[in-house]
Amino acid sequence: MIIPHPLLGPRDAQEFVYLGDASLIDRPDGLAADAADRFHDYLYLRDNPAGLHRELWYHEQGDRSWLVVTRNTLTHEITQVELARDVARARGRGR
Amino acid sequence: MTQDNRIAGGQIDRSRSLRFTFDGLPYLGHPGDTLASALLANGVRLMGRSFKYHRPRGPIAAGSEEPNALVELRSGARREPNTRATTVEVFDGLEAQSQNRWPSLRFDALSVNDRLSPFFAAGFYYKTFMWPAAFWEKVYEPLIRRAAGLGSLSVQEDPDACDKGFLHCDLLIIGAGPAGLAAALTAGRSGARVILADEDFRMGGRLNAETHAIGGQSGADWAAQSVAELAQMGGVRLLPRTTVLGAYDHGIYSAVERVSDHLAEPLPGKPRQTLWRIYSRRAILCGGAIERPIAFENNDRPGILLAGALRAYANRWGVAVGQRAAVFTNNDDGLRTAHDLAAKGVEIAAVIDTRPDGPRLADMPHFQGAEVIGSAGRLGLSSITLREASGRVQTIRCDALGVSGGWNPNLGLTSHQRGRPLWDERLAAFVPGPDGPPGLSVAGAAGGHMSTHAALQTGTGRAVQALSDLGFAAVAPEVPRAEDAPVSITPIWYVPHGKGRAWIDPQNDVTVKDIKLAHQENFRAVEHLKRYTTLGMATDQGKTGNVLGLAIMAGLTGQSIPQTGTTVFRPPHTPVALAALAGRSTGKAFRPTRLTPSHRWATEQGAVFVEVGLWLRTQWLPRPGETTWRQSVDREVLATRQSVGICDVTTLGKIDIQGTDAGIFLDRVYANTFSTLAVGKVRYGLMLREDGIVFDDGTTARMAEHEYVMTTTTANAVGVFRHLEFCRQCLWPDLDVQIISTTEAWAQYSVAGPNARRLLEKIVDQDISDAAFPYMACGAITVCGGLRARLFRISFSGELAYEIAVPTRYGDAMIRALVAAGQEFGAVVYGTEALGVMRVEKGHVAGNELNGQSTALNMGLGKMVSRKKDAIGMVLSARDGLVAEDGLRLVGVRPVDPAQPLTAGSHFLAQGAPATAAHDDGWLTSVVYSPNLGHAIALGYLRNGSARIGERLRAVNLLAGTDTPVEIVSPHFIDPEGSRLRA
Repeated sequence: MIIPHPLLGPRDAQEFVYLGDASLIDRPDGLAADAADRFHDYLYLRDNPAGLHRELWYHEQGDRSWLVVTRNTLTHEITQVELARDVARARGRGR
Repeated sequence: MTQDNRIAGGQIDRSRSLRFTFDGLPYLGHPGDTLASALLANGVRLMGRSFKYHRPRGPIAAGSEEPNALVELRSGARREPNTRATTVEVFDGLEAQSQNRWPSLRFDALSVNDRLSPFFAAGFYYKTFMWPAAFWEKVYEPLIRRAAGLGSLSVQEDPDACDKGFLHCDLLIIGAGPAGLAAALTAGRSGARVILADEDFRMGGRLNAETHAIGGQSGADWAAQSVAELAQMGGVRLLPRTTVLGAYDHGIYSAVERVSDHLAEPLPGKPRQTLWRIYSRRAILCGGAIERPIAFENNDRPGILLAGALRAYANRWGVAVGQRAAVFTNNDDGLRTAHDLAAKGVEIAAVIDTRPDGPRLADMPHFQGAEVIGSAGRLGLSSITLREASGRVQTIRCDALGVSGGWNPNLGLTSHQRGRPLWDERLAAFVPGPDGPPGLSVAGAAGGHMSTHAALQTGTGRAVQALSDLGFAAVAPEVPRAEDAPVSITPIWYVPHGKGRAWIDPQNDVTVKDIKLAHQENFRAVEHLKRYTTLGMATDQGKTGNVLGLAIMAGLTGQSIPQTGTTVFRPPHTPVALAALAGRSTGKAFRPTRLTPSHRWATEQGAVFVEVGLWLRTQWLPRPGETTWRQSVDREVLATRQSVGICDVTTLGKIDIQGTDAGIFLDRVYANTFSTLAVGKVRYGLMLREDGIVFDDGTTARMAEHEYVMTTTTANAVGVFRHLEFCRQCLWPDLDVQIISTTEAWAQYSVAGPNARRLLEKIVDQDISDAAFPYMACGAITVCGGLRARLFRISFSGELAYEIAVPTRYGDAMIRALVAAGQEFGAVVYGTEALGVMRVEKGHVAGNELNGQSTALNMGLGKMVSRKKDAIGMVLSARDGLVAEDGLRLVGVRPVDPAQPLTAGSHFLAQGAPATAAHDDGWLTSVVYSPNLGHAIALGYLRNGSARIGERLRAVNLLAGTDTPVEIVSPHFIDPEGSRLRA
């Protein structure tokens, strides 16, 4: 596969390490009252879509960017690639 | 031997003769010959024995689809099994041997299997050899492996290398027949970057094998002229002898180029083969078509070929496979063989056309509405038996038979991404479906466009379309006049006659009977059929036979062929040597080796090295007179504890962490707190995974207000860094924190032992007295009169110890300086074994304890997990299952009898308890011999261990057969108060 890196252009998927569902960005607050339940869901419950899937890739043999890649799991078509940092900010993560 | 079967014409260079041998006998061929064409020219039809029944076999094809003519090439270390004689180029001095026969090809003792064929029908191995069970591995399988098989490996190291390479192009064209050449000309003239790959050594495809004209010239001449034009174009790369193996995502194709297979050995500096990874923006498959046979009784004799192959040998190689030839066909194309052979002066004994109403050939015995029902000839065809339309049966003497059951588009690549072929009634063949790999179009016969004209036209058209997609202004050249006959075929798959066997998959010896048996036993789905009969599972992947098998199954079930389905083609398109896939990644080059800064010094000292991940570390350093590793390790441990020892610890991961939020960041990635650590101090840190299990451990030093240096274990250096980047970018993107790996930037040595300070005082320029540089201090220093360095007063051994770091380029000088400075103290350099002994003596956890299943609580470090802050793993480390009061706890272990050894992996059992999982109380994780205590010691995880110090248990290892009485003790065997650390 070829991943169009938002900063570096098209890069071979071999340069990347795959992590998994981009929902891992949405880490719950560990100090919240219901943290145990929320961490259970965060860590162990995943959608496994046959179709578009947003997932985390790490450009380990490159610039060390974590990317959110939107990929069709049926065709491997990649429709969107974003810096994970931008996605995290857009989802309200900061400090 | 003489080339008795050589006839006029062909694209071989008769001015030169090449000598080669087959099974030791000498033959002559010409440049342009394949091994198969040269052997056939010499009257050799018998080239191999079949896989299961050891039937005599000759080639049926003239290309890579060949199932029968598999031979071994060369000798010694270059011996290569299972090459197809139909694709091997003859070179001077080529040695070829037949395979899967004993003692000789003409007399093969194992052909007795043929007589025993009722026992070897489809699925026989599921039904026989079942008893006794133990016989399978020891008796049956080795016997079957020897009796049924292919060639054998040299079992010597390959003297040649294969390469890997990367290519980029606008347009990849796969196949250089009329469609491929037309596409390449169109694209090349437009200025696009083009790669034209063809598996043959001579580009042109079927144009070289046919007599068709293109424009005013022969097809072969047109091909040669087109190739010459393409070779002149700067943007076009021609890759002959190159098979495209697979179509992958996003326009990536793999291909293997047989760079040197046509030579006795590679030219200096050249690889044997190159595996290309081709990045294309668009691709066109122009792979042509593959002819399929019609099955009839005993249709597998040498001399029975596909009709298109028979005329290819005549037209391209000037070879008449026999003196008297016959043709058996169900379509017009088969008639061409009779026509071409007759034109070459070969006597046509009979043309048998299954169609009563096909075109009639004049001037030769033409039987319409007839069928071939059998053949004779022990080691090669001598006659065929045919049944005329009237029912009259007659036997006709002939020594070559061309069979054509129609042509299958060579569409394998279109289904490499799960694309499904479609059945085309008009062609009676599968054609590519609409769901092939994105960016790949299909032209010519591969797409079902069977005439030469259609090939040229679709090749041009697909190229224009691809180029216009890419923004090139492509001009479609005028397509020259060429043969444009329609396909006329009446499908017939096999001739139902007699009780004998009719072969479908000759390489795996699958017959019509086997298909019927599979049907009878209800293995009717196409994937079941394949696995039950092994149809299409041989090295040719059923390129000639699969559709026959499918069609016969369809007939048996009463379903249509498309209802019955097709097997999906997967890469590689043709067999590929593992050496090509490995490339240069063999032996020591399989993966990189990382050397420590002290490696050169250690090598000079005769060190024994151990692989730790990619690193090569000193395991121990033998001294003269030491005959066992234990002597060396014991000496290194004792000398360190008694005076001072030096160890290269560079391999531990080092991560520089800077920024105004560095402390907050560390608080979140470590279970314990770092923001409160004073500048100039070091702290041990425990890192958890989000699920609460321990991920890694190490020390982190605060070098300045906003600058920390983290160390990780050697094994996890890469993973921890990746994890920190995840935390930094994905979880807390606005923290002001920057990280970089400095593992390779600093050479780091541990200096441990009571004399460690006295040694370092000779190296370090600053005051490092206990008052100035106390336990757990760190800081920037200079050494040897000004070289910048870092010093950390930390200890893994439990002794007074420091780790000193200098820029890596000074690492070699530093080990020599440390050893020289240590001479007066009797300093030793110790390796990973002594390091391990001392950490177990001290009760420190390492990889054996950080096993991906253990929690901080298990390790006795539960109090380190702060509950006052949110850190990775904090929440789930408190899960019910992980906090049981009587869970596993780290303990120390010693044998009750000090003379007894311990075995790592032994399980704790109570006295008298049976050795079953139900009574398992934990296990020994790390075992060493402690030279300080004079007996074996161990760490282990014991159920409710903290409360069981002093108990006597057994350490049982059922694999090693040991059952040792042990006493549970504190894991801190040496200096439990830690007074040595603070000395």
